[in-house]
Amino acid sequence: MSEITEVPSPFCGIGTDDLTIQVDGLKISVVENGCAVNTPAFEQPIIDRKARINGKEVELNEAISHAASLLKNTNYPVIGGCATDVNGMRGLLALADRTGAVVDNMNFNNARKNLLALQDSGWMNTTLAEVKNRCDLLLIVGADLEGFAPRFFEKYLWNEAMFLENTSDRDIIYLGTKPSGNASTSPNGKTAHVFECENESLPEVVAVLRALVKGQPIHAENVAGISIADLTAIADKLKTAKYGVVTWAAGALNYSHAELTVQTICEMVKDVNQTTRCSGFPLGGKEGDQTANQVCGWTTGYAARVSFAKGYPEYDPFLFETNELLNNGEADALVWVNAFNVQANPPKTNVPTIVVARSGMTFEQEPDVFIPVGTPAIDHEGHAFRLDNVVAIRLKKLRDSGLPSTAEVLNAIEQVLREESIC
Amino acid sequence: MLIKLTGGTVYDPASGVDGKQQDIYIQNGKIIDKPTGEFLVTKEYDLKGKVVMSGAIDMHTHIGGGKGNIARTLLPEDHRQDPVASNDVCRSGCGHAMPSTFVTGYRYAEMGYTAGFEPALLPINARQAHMEMGDIPILDKGGYVMLGSDDYLLRMLTAKKDQKAINDYVAWTMQSAKAIGVKVVNPGGINAFKFNQRKLDLDEQNSHYGVTPREILRVLATAVKEIGVSHPLHVHGCNLGVPGNMDTTLDTIQGIGGLPMHLTHIQFHSYGTEGDFKFSSGVAKIAEAINKNKNITIDVGQILFGQTVTASGDNMRQHANHKFASPNKWVTMDIECDAGCGVVPFKYKDKNFVNALQWAIGLETFLLVEDPWRIFLTTDHPNGAPFTSYPHLIRLLMDRTFRNDVLSTIHPEAQKMTTLASIEREYTLQEIAIMTRAGAAKLIGLQNRGGLSAGNWADITIYTDNVDRQKMFEKPDYVFKDGEVVVIDGKVVHTKWGTTHIVKPDYDKSIEKDLKAYFDKYLTMKVDNFRMSDDEFTEDGRGSLTVHDLKAVA
Repeated sequence: MSEITEVPSPFCGIGTDDLTIQVDGLKISVVENGCAVNTPAFEQPIIDRKARINGKEVELNEAISHAASLLKNTNYPVIGGCATDVNGMRGLLALADRTGAVVDNMNFNNARKNLLALQDSGWMNTTLAEVKNRCDLLLIVGADLEGFAPRFFEKYLWNEAMFLENTSDRDIIYLGTKPSGNASTSPNGKTAHVFECENESLPEVVAVLRALVKGQPIHAENVAGISIADLTAIADKLKTAKYGVVTWAAGALNYSHAELTVQTICEMVKDVNQTTRCSGFPLGGKEGDQTANQVCGWTTGYAARVSFAKGYPEYDPFLFETNELLNNGEADALVWVNAFNVQANPPKTNVPTIVVARSGMTFEQEPDVFIPVGTPAIDHEGHAFRLDNVVAIRLKKLRDSGLPSTAEVLNAIEQVLREESIC
Repeated sequence: MLIKLTGGTVYDPASGVDGKQQDIYIQNGKIIDKPTGEFLVTKEYDLKGKVVMSGAIDMHTHIGGGKGNIARTLLPEDHRQDPVASNDVCRSGCGHAMPSTFVTGYRYAEMGYTAGFEPALLPINARQAHMEMGDIPILDKGGYVMLGSDDYLLRMLTAKKDQKAINDYVAWTMQSAKAIGVKVVNPGGINAFKFNQRKLDLDEQNSHYGVTPREILRVLATAVKEIGVSHPLHVHGCNLGVPGNMDTTLDTIQGIGGLPMHLTHIQFHSYGTEGDFKFSSGVAKIAEAINKNKNITIDVGQILFGQTVTASGDNMRQHANHKFASPNKWVTMDIECDAGCGVVPFKYKDKNFVNALQWAIGLETFLLVEDPWRIFLTTDHPNGAPFTSYPHLIRLLMDRTFRNDVLSTIHPEAQKMTTLASIEREYTLQEIAIMTRAGAAKLIGLQNRGGLSAGNWADITIYTDNVDRQKMFEKPDYVFKDGEVVVIDGKVVHTKWGTTHIVKPDYDKSIEKDLKAYFDKYLTMKVDNFRMSDDEFTEDGRGSLTVHDLKAVA
């Protein structure tokens, strides 16, 4: 039995790297600094050790050859999931380039809300250490921050900071969703201001808030049940804070064209910056989402939802969606990659399916090929990006499971196809 | 395997060879002396009438790191106009302003470049920068780690830590981030912007720390010198793009007191306030100061007309310039008590007075700075223009008629405000070879690169001489990387992976105690998880590290 300290996590998105983990053979136990997100993700046991073809256990080489043969004569395969480490994504993109596939990260419908706003008007954003040391006002729009990252308040707000005398005095404001617990109550008992409304009403609430920040006259007395006086007070706080931070979770904005809400938030942050400092801080990036977007970004120019069908990368945030392509009969094969989460199953489909996923994934419909792979940060070293996009964490190897990495499997499939195309 | 390059006209300033017919022998990736006794040439290239230079080195190009990837993500419409398909040898990708990593490698190689250096390696973003550069084929690469707006250094200065402590911190950071140089961007200004300061002059104090840019420049330039790093402190000065900033630049040169200093993209820092539009060229005085002060080196950061995107660590100045964004979208970030970045798309127009004069200011700089060993050819890719415009820029430098033809088409008021038409100088092939090869290798401190004598790695570019220098430099006949042919007739025919050049300066290990406490208390990562390890470069079987010697310190 051994104990490993300062273990970084790719699961929670905030790059927690203070976990203490006990390893007993293949058994992993989080003994310090675990949380509801990280502990089960690390402790998930290894179940499958062998690859399968149509449910029958085979040697790894056989599964790789069969996967290559399924992809060989396809016209429009889709590689979905895209939940892995940097090297896994490198292998995935090489395979896509080779096969003319579509590459589609499974959470992109959420990330798209941010990306469309970014690509239309841009933003002014910040990272975790700036939040930790500078943020004197945190405005949370439509998100349950502690539900997203259980240790967020403990690690990044109720800490000692370089530029705040007493971090317990930070102002926390919720707009929309109310918090699910008390993590936002500061150690000295100061509670968050909560202005509740349905998330579906956030477009108008945020639009009015931005108008108030800009000093536009508002004739209504309330919007979606929140009084204009309260919104005016929030606008004033944003303008008087030294370093306000506005955060949102694109995944929680569950209504059409939520990118317009994101855009309004981002433009409001820019407005506030005419006189004081303020930054946006999008929540997201769990289980390799940010990693997928970054590697796809530098390899193709586009962060996600890229088709290689024409021989070069094309980006379409709507057309190249995995489920659309499967449901309308365009795709003729599916490769599903998820090295992190056994619950994240491939979509149901009749086309040949190859699953390269974390050991223990169960299927309603057995795929043609299933190759269990090691999990980055547990079974092999690797790199993952944190939610704030700037920081890549170095993932450790905790045990010797003998499971191949995503990169090894995808590179091997690509290698078979390359050799066949040369012959 | 013994390769012989026969009869080419060699320009090798590193050995003082200026256009002399010479044979070159290559074995095991390196250039060797002509073997003695009997020997068998495996492959011979007849290069009679061809121009032979070592592979070109871009000493300042933004090819790796977060701001570049933000720039990519921001501009899908730019990529759509330049899709790049895969072929038997090459991966697919996109080109133009901020190309994808693979295409970056191919297009540099296709112009005869074999190395590129990322000038803004944020310590906290070093991993990303190196991973991106790890996906750039063919080229060697490296980076200059950015300091000067990091709270740790500013706290040291406020606490009046001595120079030795600062040297240790600089050396530790270089080792952690795997760098070959040190850069400072708007010294202390990125930090001041976080405290809502919107400008920071050379002697203006950071409102929280009370530290001035002048102090930061002095301690960092001293540190770089004292720990023996070859590449002088790489300085992106105060007040980028501000009319009148020539005075700041002159003051920066004087203020460094003879310490080695490299002023980067000096074009953006050479502006006066004369004329009807209160915007003028300050090059005459700046060039005079550079010619006089031998401790100063510069690269130009030439602008060329057309669409590009500016990606900089200087979020203070990028925020101030966002109103010029074209298309109108832009990003700034504050980063990890470490640095920042700003990404603003730009379209430089020849009929815009300011842009036209910027173009002339860059060319004046090239032509008025006398010593080609102290000036380097850059567009600050992609900030002044994409690197793919270098052959055009070389023609502007080597062909006065062509230069004056272009000059006659720019904004007429800008034509009146530049002395360009009267400057007769035309760069020679040897001077181009100095700026883009021998001088660059010397400046960065690369051993066995940038030259063609025995012992150098065989990074070699072969051109067909052509009076149209743009045509000549955009399509080499052959490019060798480490002795392997990678380009024929301007097209990649074979790819390989280059190495990452670094230095490993020593530091007093006792500083790690305070760094650990600082990281634990204020940052968001454990200090041991922050430091990059060698195996991060080599574990995928492609990358390698090449450690260069430090200068002996007196």
